[in-house]
Amino acid sequence: MSRQRFGDRLATILLWTAGLLILVILAAFLIRILGQGLPVIDWRFLTAKPKAMAAGGGIGPQLFNTFYITVLSLLVSLPIGLGAGIYMAEYAKPGRVSDMIRLSVEALASVPSIVLGLFGMILFVNAMGWGFSIAGGALALALLNLPVLVRVTEEAVRAVPQSYREASLGLGATRWQTIARVILPTALPGILTGVTLVAGRAIGETAILIYTAGVTVSRHFPDPSLMAAGETLAVRIWSVKSEGLVPDADRIAAGTSALLVLVVLAFNFLLAAPLYWYRSRNSR
Amino acid sequence: MSEQMRMIVENVDLYYGTFRALRSITLNIPANRVTALIGPSGCGKSSFLRCLNRMNDLVPGARVSGRILLDDTEIYAPNVDVVLLRKRIGMVFQRPNPFPMSIYDNVAYGPRIHGEKQKAVLDELVESSLRGAALWDEVKDRLNKSALGLSGGQQQRLCIARSLAVKPDILLMDEPASALDPISTSKVEDLIRELRENYSIVIVTHNMQQAARISDYTAFFLSGELVEYGPTGAMFTNPRDQRTEDYITGRFG
Repeated sequence: MSRQRFGDRLATILLWTAGLLILVILAAFLIRILGQGLPVIDWRFLTAKPKAMAAGGGIGPQLFNTFYITVLSLLVSLPIGLGAGIYMAEYAKPGRVSDMIRLSVEALASVPSIVLGLFGMILFVNAMGWGFSIAGGALALALLNLPVLVRVTEEAVRAVPQSYREASLGLGATRWQTIARVILPTALPGILTGVTLVAGRAIGETAILIYTAGVTVSRHFPDPSLMAAGETLAVRIWSVKSEGLVPDADRIAAGTSALLVLVVLAFNFLLAAPLYWYRSRNSR
Repeated sequence: MSEQMRMIVENVDLYYGTFRALRSITLNIPANRVTALIGPSGCGKSSFLRCLNRMNDLVPGARVSGRILLDDTEIYAPNVDVVLLRKRIGMVFQRPNPFPMSIYDNVAYGPRIHGEKQKAVLDELVESSLRGAALWDEVKDRLNKSALGLSGGQQQRLCIARSLAVKPDILLMDEPASALDPISTSKVEDLIRELRENYSIVIVTHNMQQAARISDYTAFFLSGELVEYGPTGAMFTNPRDQRTEDYITGRFG
């Protein structure tokens, strides 16, 4: 075989291997986690409260807290993040102010999550006197996700062709009408990808929540109070293994891990499905 | 000319920053006629067109001096409602740019942003605009399909329909057929001839034969200046300026 053909064949094999390797790794990971954890999950496990020292506790409150904190943090970060992204892409004039905003966003994006967690503790837990709370966790998570949302939104909006803006303005639309009716719908797939990313991070985040939402759960279940302690599934995995007080810690950790993976997958699917439908309707 | 004038342009300069793109342009746009703007690439004809509906406002650093009047109102006066101006002066661009929506929603976009909500009214507007753009028969059974599935020529006629739906007085067309194949081009040209009955049309074209075919008046631009302007027939057979004759006979540009 000539060298040229050999190089081509080698590259093909290596690239296929890389792709398949990803599949294999994912499969191995899923089989292990789900294999160990799925048997643990039953209705009782999903709804019962955790036990402090005895075996047989469940993770009902943690499941509830996971959704509660994620949704709350999205409610805070989405309007600000999307708004700032749209501002940067459509309204901001190049200059000192927009440079400073971009610098701030980049700086916030590079803060390690544990540092954000400690900041959250200083601010929400101590200074504002909330103690470990759902609200504190949600707000700290919002800080974590804000830069990603701003960046993703700005890029998605900038990617919309200028010809759409000209067509819309040429018909007598105002700037906001153009943004709301043409630009945002067109940028939506890109923005949704960012939201999926951010939601996934929020569901699985641990370090920040240990220091803001804490490692305990409320005595009542379900407790809608924003000030209640808010241990989530991810934090529970860590806390049950590191305390080691309950005899079935391994079992609980395995079950919680499997559940967490399922929740993230379900969330991704929930956000991807409307995306597929939207794409098929609009591009043809 | 004893024509009624829709727009009057007096001594207009256009600056992009410090660059003077247009110099002392004075010309009139007659009602219910087709006025063609011709000239070599970069001569300023598209820039001039975009002054008429203030699309140059979108370009940072663009500045217009002089007067442009639409029915006795100066369009660059400080308290002019640009949104309303652009409703009265429609624009069709060189590359077809339908929105990524259904055909119906594309045509209904204009009326909707100006407040029309009633379905019956919108239905009627969509149909009459598509008929006006000679596209109705081809799309009437698939109004809810995406506009991006149409061919280039159909998309451009859709953009024309979209502009017609807001019932403008004046239609500005920036090389509307240059991205189209010859058959679509001739359909668009026929359309322009028909539209003249109800609209005043200004069309930029680099195709002189096209200008000769469809326009009533022609303006020849060169390096930001208006060299000559007059009835199309006279200008092509008996140009007054030597530069005009050189351009028309193909000696440059």
